[in-house]
Amino acid sequence: MLLQYRGGPGMLAWAFHRISGVAIWAFVLLHVLDIWLVGANPTLYDDVLRVYASPIGRVGETLLGAALLYHALNGLRIIVIDFWPAMTRYHRQLWTASWVVFVILGVPVAIQIMAPAFGLNAPFHFGG
Amino acid sequence: MTVRVRGSGRVKPQGGGFELATWYLMRLTGIGLFVTALGHYLITHFVYDPASQKAQWIIDNRWGNIAWRTVDWLMLSFVVFHSFMGMRTVVQDYTRGGTRTLLTMALYLGAFVLFALGTIVVATLQFPVA
Repeated sequence: MLLQYRGGPGMLAWAFHRISGVAIWAFVLLHVLDIWLVGANPTLYDDVLRVYASPIGRVGETLLGAALLYHALNGLRIIVIDFWPAMTRYHRQLWTASWVVFVILGVPVAIQIMAPAFGLNAPFHFGG
Repeated sequence: MTVRVRGSGRVKPQGGGFELATWYLMRLTGIGLFVTALGHYLITHFVYDPASQKAQWIIDNRWGNIAWRTVDWLMLSFVVFHSFMGMRTVVQDYTRGGTRTLLTMALYLGAFVLFALGTIVVATLQFPVA
């Protein structure tokens, strides 16, 4: 059913929500296991961390962030429409708005994460 | 099997009980994760760099603070419920009969194991010696 494309924002929103959701679930499995290593085997955790901090790891983290941000914004849109049905009239505007927020929030975060992979300094600094 | 292709999420189940409770809890944990998971991602990837958060750093700093451990355990509770019940919806959409029962039970077992592992590490990790 994922492949039976019928067009329109509703279908796309649903397909992206499902794909991003399954991807995040898979990462959560990995992430709870790797955090478990902080107690069980800290040296191995640091090895895993080196993979995450590698250029390919950073691409993965950026994609994970995109999946998270999309899923979060679209989930909020679903909740708004579920509990405030009058907003169904504006579902296209809500869909557009969620992508505007996605780009505004997502681009600086993606640059921050990817900069070290290109040998650049991360553009934003927070003390320490 | 019908697929609801709408702008909104799953249709609210009628008749109450487990399915309706799950429908509400998916939305509640979703809001909880909007704050905790997005906040967690921003702190671990935007404020700090992944490379600087080694195991000893986590032990000394982030999890040297019981408030952060509490927040992280709450996030664990939200995410285990939300992601595994979400996968249950996926399983119900694509499978039926014995396969569906088997996969659903595997998901419940997996959720329990993951929740236990996460709870053990966040609750029993030694605080740094002062």
